[in-house]
Amino acid sequence: MERAVHDRGGWQTDAAIDRREHELADWEVLMDSIVGTLGQSGVMNVDELRRGIESMPRAEYETASYYERWLYSVETILAEKGVLASGELDARLGT
Amino acid sequence: MRYGPGQTVRVAARRHEGHHRTPAYLKGKRGTVERVHARFRNPETHAYGLDGLPEQPLYLVRFEQEDVWGEYPGIAGDRLYADVFEHWLEEAE
Repeated sequence: MERAVHDRGGWQTDAAIDRREHELADWEVLMDSIVGTLGQSGVMNVDELRRGIESMPRAEYETASYYERWLYSVETILAEKGVLASGELDARLGT
Repeated sequence: MRYGPGQTVRVAARRHEGHHRTPAYLKGKRGTVERVHARFRNPETHAYGLDGLPEQPLYLVRFEQEDVWGEYPGIAGDRLYADVFEHWLEEAE
């Protein structure tokens, strides 16, 4: 049975587990609070958050950090719901 | 609730495209119901803009590590516990 990229319990790997502590950057704390606020206000639930993360292309998923995956999902789900226009974030960032 | 504590169950081995909470490593594996948690909205529809109703019973299921991995190099008697929704469980001997 082929697995989705996130469904990795029991995958064999020779890579060492990175046990270093990670200090959160400001944007990561903000990302967490945005998801909390979206949930409390009924805009987006945690199942949608997870579904959005699971929709990431495999290569992007593999290289993205924890909160980068959240950001990808929030942008995807909010665009899908019409809360954000497609490309709106990029336009505001001038990228 | 279809199952109760102590009952032997098997996790359905079926494929499911889209969001679901049943990990691949448990599909087709046999375990024992440890306890019934409660009913919760179904993430398989709740993840797609629907209300997730009707709520589905969620169970805490206990697995012997040998039953999950086949060969298990850890301590004999080690167990693994996972939350599994009722529609992913089947009766087993």
